[in-house]
Amino acid sequence: MTPVGWLQIALVLGAVLVCAWQLGLYMARVFQAEKTFLTPVLLPVERAFYNAAGIRFEKEQSWLTYTLAMLAFNALGFLVLYALMRLQALLPLNPQGFAGVAPDLAFNTAMSFATNTNWQAYGGETTMSHLVQMAGLTVQNFLSAATGIALAIAVTRAFARSSAQTLGNFWVDMTCATLYVLLPLSVLVAITFALTGVPQTLAGSVEATTLEGAKQTIALGPVASQEAIKQLGTNGGGFFNANAAHPFENPNAWSNALSIWSMLLVATALTFTFGRMVGDRRQGLALLFAMYALLIAATAVVYWAEASGNPLLAKEGVDIAAGNMEGKEIRFGQALSALYVVATTGLSCGAVNTMHNSLMPLGGSVPLFLMQLGEILPGGVGSGLYGMIVVALLTVFIAGLMVGRTPEYLGKKIEAREMKLAMLAVLILPLVILGFSAASAMLPKALESLANPGPRGLTEILYAYSSATGNNGSAFAGLSANTTWYNTTLGIAMLLGRFAYIVPVMAIAGALAAKKKVPVSPGTFPTHGPLFIGLLIGVILILGGLQYFPALALGPIVEHFLMHAGKTF
Amino acid sequence: MARAKTTSLFDTGILRQAALDAVAKLAPAKLVRNPVMFVTGAVAVLVTLVFIRDLLYVRAGLSFTGQIAAWLWFTVIFANFAEAIAEGRGKAHADALRSTRSDTQAKVLLHPDDPADDLWEPKSADFLDVGEVVLVEAGETIPADGEVVAGIASVNESAVTGESAPVIRESGGDRSAVTGGTVVLSDWIRVRVTSAPGSSFLDRMIALVEGAQRQKTPNELALSVLLSGMTLIFLIAVTTLWGLAGYSGTILSVTVLVALLVTLIPTTIGGLLSAIGIAGMDRLIRFNVMATSGRAVEAAGDVDTLLLDKTGTITFGNRLATAFIPAPGFTDNDIAAAALLSSLSDETPEGRSIVALAKGNHAQTEPDLRSHAPAFIPFSAQTRISGIDVDGRQIRKGAVDAVLRAIGMPLNDTPAAFREAVERISRTGGTPLAVADGNRLLGVIHLKDVVKPDIKERFAALRAMGIKTVMVTGDNPVTAAAIASEAGVDDYIAEATPQDKLAYIKAEQGKGRLIAMCGDGTNDAPALAQADVGVAMQSGTQAAREAGNMVDLDSNPTKLIEVTEIGKQLLMTRGSLTTFSIANDVAKYFAIIPALFLATYPELGALNIMHLATPESAILSAVIFNALIIVALIPLALKGIAYQPVGAAALLRRNLLVYGLGGLIVPFVGIKLIDLAVSALRLA
Repeated sequence: MTPVGWLQIALVLGAVLVCAWQLGLYMARVFQAEKTFLTPVLLPVERAFYNAAGIRFEKEQSWLTYTLAMLAFNALGFLVLYALMRLQALLPLNPQGFAGVAPDLAFNTAMSFATNTNWQAYGGETTMSHLVQMAGLTVQNFLSAATGIALAIAVTRAFARSSAQTLGNFWVDMTCATLYVLLPLSVLVAITFALTGVPQTLAGSVEATTLEGAKQTIALGPVASQEAIKQLGTNGGGFFNANAAHPFENPNAWSNALSIWSMLLVATALTFTFGRMVGDRRQGLALLFAMYALLIAATAVVYWAEASGNPLLAKEGVDIAAGNMEGKEIRFGQALSALYVVATTGLSCGAVNTMHNSLMPLGGSVPLFLMQLGEILPGGVGSGLYGMIVVALLTVFIAGLMVGRTPEYLGKKIEAREMKLAMLAVLILPLVILGFSAASAMLPKALESLANPGPRGLTEILYAYSSATGNNGSAFAGLSANTTWYNTTLGIAMLLGRFAYIVPVMAIAGALAAKKKVPVSPGTFPTHGPLFIGLLIGVILILGGLQYFPALALGPIVEHFLMHAGKTF
Repeated sequence: MARAKTTSLFDTGILRQAALDAVAKLAPAKLVRNPVMFVTGAVAVLVTLVFIRDLLYVRAGLSFTGQIAAWLWFTVIFANFAEAIAEGRGKAHADALRSTRSDTQAKVLLHPDDPADDLWEPKSADFLDVGEVVLVEAGETIPADGEVVAGIASVNESAVTGESAPVIRESGGDRSAVTGGTVVLSDWIRVRVTSAPGSSFLDRMIALVEGAQRQKTPNELALSVLLSGMTLIFLIAVTTLWGLAGYSGTILSVTVLVALLVTLIPTTIGGLLSAIGIAGMDRLIRFNVMATSGRAVEAAGDVDTLLLDKTGTITFGNRLATAFIPAPGFTDNDIAAAALLSSLSDETPEGRSIVALAKGNHAQTEPDLRSHAPAFIPFSAQTRISGIDVDGRQIRKGAVDAVLRAIGMPLNDTPAAFREAVERISRTGGTPLAVADGNRLLGVIHLKDVVKPDIKERFAALRAMGIKTVMVTGDNPVTAAAIASEAGVDDYIAEATPQDKLAYIKAEQGKGRLIAMCGDGTNDAPALAQADVGVAMQSGTQAAREAGNMVDLDSNPTKLIEVTEIGKQLLMTRGSLTTFSIANDVAKYFAIIPALFLATYPELGALNIMHLATPESAILSAVIFNALIIVALIPLALKGIAYQPVGAAALLRRNLLVYGLGGLIVPFVGIKLIDLAVSALRLA
């Protein structure tokens, strides 16, 4: 670890916070239907969409209607994408003449893009037609992110309102999220990416002659624009198989910093939006501080673990001053590789500029654990915020009683109904992650996919299900996941991780919105300030740790001790 | 809470009964009410079956499985024991109450409408119907709850209140309610029965203290959901661990998996939760307040606004003399001596306070008037003057205008200083009394509704807790404002009518606040019913007692403050033990995880930071700690954690430090000590 490394990390995070602050306030205006500088341009477009679709934009929806609209919309998105993949052989824009995608892979991929996971069990350039890429996958990159934002806004409204029956209109929130937030940002970021040297062309591949005189085909395409929404929407699905480690997706340190900045931006901004919309910016800041404290601590662990290098190599007389460079790109360096690893898993982004399977055992345990915590640091766009709110509700419930009042969060009493729903949501993650992992660990068929034996193999399995359930989409690599078992179970994991979680959360939002807002008094449990932030961090770590510690102990933790004993896998 | 009756926390009789009940409560039908303990009981059965199987086939590790099974059973029994002790303390109280209810014979009047006709027929109290009128005479027990319709009597209510001084019960007004089981000491009353047999106040009290009809309160229910959810999460974590361990080459036995599960699920708070609830009710009962539901006790902890009657709560209720202000030309001693003389025969609290002030602050001595043939002029509502004629002096004191009229002096002729004094006293909510000797105006006595000495600090403490105090008074706004500022209340309602109270409560509730109030009159009933916590005075009317959700047997309105504190204490105890219970798990992992995999991965021994002797002793020690901590925390659960009236932030900081951080550290120490003992005794 070097001071320069930390300076790089500080600069990137500082830029994120400053921009997220402004973006957050802008989003609050957008979703409260206030005038913004884009309104004159975009309002006619927005209205045109509503008219075309027959949406009564002024009519708000109850939590149930809102949720059903969201589910129907995403189900449709899933079906269209599935159909496109299955039928791509019969459809236009398939110059390479790819056959229809196999049912299990099509299911897995459609689920992956509908849930903002972008788990890719295939090689894009060798499987999907241009039509699928453009009209299917890229469209979902926008829509799944916009869905997340809309849900987070609906949940935020539950706290902003008192005795309310409605949470907003899904179609309006969805449209605004795309039109006012994601689209303008994507344009800006895409241009900036192009400026750093990321290709943006509709031309096909380029033929090159190598030094040996061999012909080489170098794939090109509209990379910058896809890179923009991939990061901004915490999607993570790469244009190239090597993802952000590929020199065309991420050519230099500047593009790397921009990648990290853009993936953290929207999720971070939403905490400011939250504070603004509930009328107390300190509430949003408390969530933000808890997220970033853990994010920075996680970065420190990865940075330290990687920069310290491999002790076994040191024993062999290798100079490990540069740290563990296996799987890393020299142009990014240790510091920003560590930050990238943590950001992409603390968020549910899943883009990678470093091969996670090449991380040191402890370094690799961090992204795994961050995903298992439920993708809340700061999490996927929208999903991070409402995930964090669920944790805040649990924190308030467990510790809030200690001030001698029944628990309340932002003036809303937390009672049996909310607890039931919160526990239902929280149960999903361990059930899916640990359930499928244990099943895979015992199925001989599933074990055939492993690249490594022992604890590292177990980590590969755990990582896959944690990534899918947390809707992250990054892969640890090593696991050959394009099999019927993994395609199917990982698809189900993505489905449950996204929608089985959000339905109870929306039900909580509905119940809370209907409650009266209790005014704040000195007897109120304070949900801002260092004490609450510390408490929130404690609950995240202890509850998360308690669920996954045994599994982690058998994976990366034991591997760490074994490595020091000289055993590797 | 100095007034709470003290009974030893662990009475041997209660302990013995509780130990028996703890075993009886192992019945699955009873255990299922508590999901955490039900799961513990179920896995205890499982491990016992494993033990029996191993016994039959003589397998290795018999002693280990046997000990784990035994400690699992102890865990459940300890939790039952905690609940049984809490109930036992109530039962002792209930038995005392029940003995007073023994078959009373009632005299049912045959012609209740005729006030002169006392003809009655005997009927067992158990068969009385609502609406029947009974005659109760001196020495007899009142057979049922009711309303006095005729007569007046002194009644000994010690059976219900524990207070032996008799109280007056009479028809009409706010003292017409009588309680079944209390005894008429003198005279007679006719009582219209208002409660059916089995649902009287006494019956309800018995059911309440026994906890027989105890239902989980809303917050308790929500907490149970959390605990059940956590139990499920750990069930998932432990079940899947079998698969993950299998992959790693370790076949985990049922016994160790169960041990891991039971130490992780929140058995501590799960085992103590119901005891905490019962003990909270019990604290209230010991404080002589009966809550009709646990919900009310929880609501008391949440209260944002207290509506307090001025008289008796904030002030002593009597106006007392606080100063003598001489008119120009007279000294302090002149007026003090005259005031003393004029009040010698005045037995009202005001009169006595004047005598006390003259003797105390002004060193006057009581003159011996026996040889002076004094003529006392008693106070009358017409003249509003009292006084004395002695030695040719005519000393008078009374309302300023009345005295001035009596000595024939118009207000405009009085000295300016006198008028100023009178005006200042009135403005600040006091009452001025003029004192005259013959036709000389000596000065003015300042009578004041004296605010209780420590009340201002208490209100400040309440404010720090986030509770707003509102004084309710029939005084005019000027007087009310003066007393309000002296007592330090946040708001006041002057010239308050019951409708005003009701309107104020509704307005506050509209803003999302929870309100507590107390009252005794029939016209308080709507407000008592509307308030979130309505404390009716036992001395009040039946209507008020039905409307409120608590009854104060001592009829002391100040107790509203303590009731709030008891509510807060209940919630704090629950929260602190939950936090403690969850924090405990960290240490248990460090004990058990390395022990589970030592055979496959000896390297995981690095996690054995407590350096526990063997895998078996590590697991056993964690299970033993898990069981013993329940017993260790029973006193805390029953007494409640110490409560201080400070702000939420300060409370949180303190409790988090003690129960959060303590919960992390204590098990490390505890498990290590138990491990030392287990190794020394060669148990594992």
